[in-house]
Amino acid sequence: MITVIDYGAGNLRSVENALHYLGAPYQVTSKADEVAQANALLLPGVGHFGQMMRSLAMLDLILPIKEALGRKVPYLGICLGMHALFEASEEAPALPGLGILSGTIRRFTPGLKVPHMGWNQLQLKKSSRLFRGLSGDPYVYFAHSFYLPQDKNSKSASRENAAALTSYGIDFVAAIERGNLQGVQFHPEKSGDIGLRVVRNFVDDCLRSAGERD
Amino acid sequence: MLAKRVIACLDVKDGRVVKGIQFLDLRDAGDPAELAAAYNREGVDEVIFLDITASAEKRALIVETVARTARQVFIPLAVGGGIRSVADARGILLSGADKVSVNTAAVENPVLITQLSEEFGSQAVVLAIDARRNGDSWSVYTYGGRKLTDRNAIEWAAEGESLGAGEILLTSMDCDGTQNGFDCALTKAISRAVMIPVIASGGAGNAEHFAQVLTEGEADAALAASIFHYGTVRVSDLKRHLRSQGITVRL
Repeated sequence: MITVIDYGAGNLRSVENALHYLGAPYQVTSKADEVAQANALLLPGVGHFGQMMRSLAMLDLILPIKEALGRKVPYLGICLGMHALFEASEEAPALPGLGILSGTIRRFTPGLKVPHMGWNQLQLKKSSRLFRGLSGDPYVYFAHSFYLPQDKNSKSASRENAAALTSYGIDFVAAIERGNLQGVQFHPEKSGDIGLRVVRNFVDDCLRSAGERD
Repeated sequence: MLAKRVIACLDVKDGRVVKGIQFLDLRDAGDPAELAAAYNREGVDEVIFLDITASAEKRALIVETVARTARQVFIPLAVGGGIRSVADARGILLSGADKVSVNTAAVENPVLITQLSEEFGSQAVVLAIDARRNGDSWSVYTYGGRKLTDRNAIEWAAEGESLGAGEILLTSMDCDGTQNGFDCALTKAISRAVMIPVIASGGAGNAEHFAQVLTEGEADAALAASIFHYGTVRVSDLKRHLRSQGITVRL
């Protein structure tokens, strides 16, 4: 069962639609105990980092998310849901993220049209579970103004964890994968068949991981 | 590289498509969800529902239409027409649309753009501008082009951006319906005045018109309605043509 966290994210319904379309077992909740006991977590998101972190705090969901992640349950963060894993975002410098991974989310530099909106290509960086069955440079849908930089420092988590990069002025991290943690900057729930495949890969992962625990 | 987008616009009235696709064999050519799915199969990058429902009591139908569409079509969906408040927008966005577009309501109450953007993020807010040439500038019209305002289109686009719009949907009233091509001069002027994406609309007649507005007109996306519905231009053929012209598109 995938627990989809409801904190008022604008794309919650679309994510649900994709899970429903794929026949995935899921529940939508904003209850702390259900999040803490989840076997798999999906954090949707689109909009504003500060608003997301405030909503998660108001619903008392920050500790339950960390608790579940402490048990290494599969996690997929979409757009802001990926940003949430990191320490901070320039979108709301006063509010820390979950800080599970090190790094700061940055704003696109002036000179580029922002939001980065539309279909752009993924450069798949390594064999990842998220992109299983996909090859080439597939197009996916983006709608964001802030991004995870590809840190040149090789010790940086964001570089080692990058599962895909995308080029928009610079090369930024379009997807991360580290152990149980997965995150995508794009919107798989709005990226046609390619996006549905990414969601299905996560669902399969969750089912497998649940099977191993049983 | 970020692809240039091809967008199909569907006029929806009382939950039904007006001027539906006529060249594909559809079970129900009046069903917005089925048409959106057909365009998705053709490779369109985005679908816009323009809600032209007139009666107030049937306005809620658009929310149900969006919900039904979003359950089966997994590409970006925008909705315009009749959105006058944050509450109107919320219903539409929470039912699965990605963006709302505002036009007359934004001109009459510009703070609406800021309210929408703060509530849902600028990526969800499209400022639709209907513009017509007036001497050596372009004027903004409201109420579906029936009312001339004292606003200059270029200035309004820039103001809309600073108020929080994430995208401009620019319709040239001079070109709309002519099928003689988009207004490249207008589109270029707006595109250079803002740092948010610009969707060109009005005047599409053939594939070359799209190529022109996406290069010369500096548009980020181009929208059409009737030529797609009647099959004059097939989206899949159009995209292949654009690629052959060196324009980056999703194929």
